[in-house]
Amino acid sequence: MKTLKYVFALAVTAAILVPLMMMVTLSLNPDKSEVMSIMGSWRAFVPTTIAFDNYAAVWSDPFHPFGRYLANTVFIAATSIVLSIFVNSAAAFSLAWGSGRYRRWLVLLIVAVLAVPGESIVLAQLKIVSALGLIDTYAVQILPSIANAFFIFLFYQFFTKLPKDLIEAARVDGFDLFRIYWHIGLPSSKPLIVTVATLHFLGIWNSYLWPIMVTRGEDVRPLSVGMSAYFGSNLTSWGNVMAFAVCMALPVVLFFLIVQRHFIASITGSSIKG
Amino acid sequence: MLIPALVLLALFVFVPFLLSFQFSFTNERLMPGPIPARWLGLQNYGRVLTDPEFWTAVRNTVYFAVVVIPVQLSLSLGSALLLNSKIKGLAIFRSIAILPLLMPMTVIVTIWAALYRTPDGLLNSAYQTLFHTLSYIDWLGDPAVAMISIIVLSIWASFPFQMLIYLAGLQEVPQDRYEAAAIDGFGQWDVFRHVTLPGLRNTNVFVVIITTIGALSLFTQVNILTGGGPNDATLTIIQYMFSKGYSAQKIGFASAVGIIFFVTVASLSVAQRLLAKNED
Repeated sequence: MKTLKYVFALAVTAAILVPLMMMVTLSLNPDKSEVMSIMGSWRAFVPTTIAFDNYAAVWSDPFHPFGRYLANTVFIAATSIVLSIFVNSAAAFSLAWGSGRYRRWLVLLIVAVLAVPGESIVLAQLKIVSALGLIDTYAVQILPSIANAFFIFLFYQFFTKLPKDLIEAARVDGFDLFRIYWHIGLPSSKPLIVTVATLHFLGIWNSYLWPIMVTRGEDVRPLSVGMSAYFGSNLTSWGNVMAFAVCMALPVVLFFLIVQRHFIASITGSSIKG
Repeated sequence: MLIPALVLLALFVFVPFLLSFQFSFTNERLMPGPIPARWLGLQNYGRVLTDPEFWTAVRNTVYFAVVVIPVQLSLSLGSALLLNSKIKGLAIFRSIAILPLLMPMTVIVTIWAALYRTPDGLLNSAYQTLFHTLSYIDWLGDPAVAMISIIVLSIWASFPFQMLIYLAGLQEVPQDRYEAAAIDGFGQWDVFRHVTLPGLRNTNVFVVIITTIGALSLFTQVNILTGGGPNDATLTIIQYMFSKGYSAQKIGFASAVGIIFFVTVASLSVAQRLLAKNED
């Protein structure tokens, strides 16, 4: 049984590492034709040449400005994540502790939204942002992703579990709802903020359908679209394509490996069931 | 405090949702033309449901889901069990196993395009060595193989997520049940069947539903690698909706596809809620 476990672990490890080692190895080999000829051999997985020409080529490509794509992605992700945390947690706090009977209906409405897959309404969203003249802007990539029913729901679940006495005491002291949220609610939800930030980042990092529909040129395009465009126009330069892939993936992979414990807690924190 | 969230949800979820219904009954186009859109009643739905291409997309998507779900679930449950058992060297295994989750899908697609290269990519070399042959497989260009290639890369890309959810689920199985099973002299397989699996029931329901919804929404991989081809062999529902609504700009028609997709996914979500409730 123990041997079986090791065999399984080794098989999974190899299946994951082989493609990744190929990505790194090919990215370090500047010889285009050699790369083509070694792609099916062991030399595609163990670097025999180490040079950074492909990386230089990726960073200086005039048609696919990597730096620009990167800056776009960072700007879109950072803005959207920060706004998303405030907007969703404030809404959730108000649903949990505000007054007004409509709150119960709103919670039901939020839960109902969870059942609507984004893909099914994406064309109508496209029509709306075109009518608003937002095509090919940062706003069109940030605004639709800020309010998120799932995040509101996670925050709502968390805030309803705060001790009632604490909230009431703050009320007696004359704090209004916003100040209770700002001084008690938001600071208490730090672990959840990490979860929401992580999930939201992964969402933006992987988003593809929306950015290809609403962006036209390099000016505002994110890395994910840049990657597929670069791949599409450099079909024979595998070294360059892989260098692009490494530049895009490496910082994120390293970051999450360093904060692995929090990362895993963030993912599993999302499986709280309603 | 509610207003920013409500305004944004209204603009980007509620209104588009209602508009999708409205569009699906008209011949609305992406770029507004000189002639306003006409009311068509149920015509779009009729056309979608009688379009052989739509049914090809449905068949492919269901095929994808039916293969991916069991394979991916066993793989992720297996890895989670492994991580949960006390074996040396597992911290490294965990770090490696979550790597695909940290890679953006467009990068994963690019790497696999290299592996699938015809005729001299790694997978073809392996195939030629293994079977002592000089023939090769056109992994993404052969209609009989293309969907399987998409399936393999998709499982690679997304099993770590389910693995982490299972890992969390395993930690919630009451420890005393394991102790009781040990006292009763249960073998490992019996422990798995009678303690672990029942303890994972709610996790299972959750994982099955998110995996199913993810599988039914298959798009990015197909859009970049095959565009639905060859010969519609990898055409999925969302790729079909995208090519009709965005490429061909027929928003009315494609909205009907979107609504059909919504009804399918929403019923699955409701089914999850009912199944999870029965447990309590």
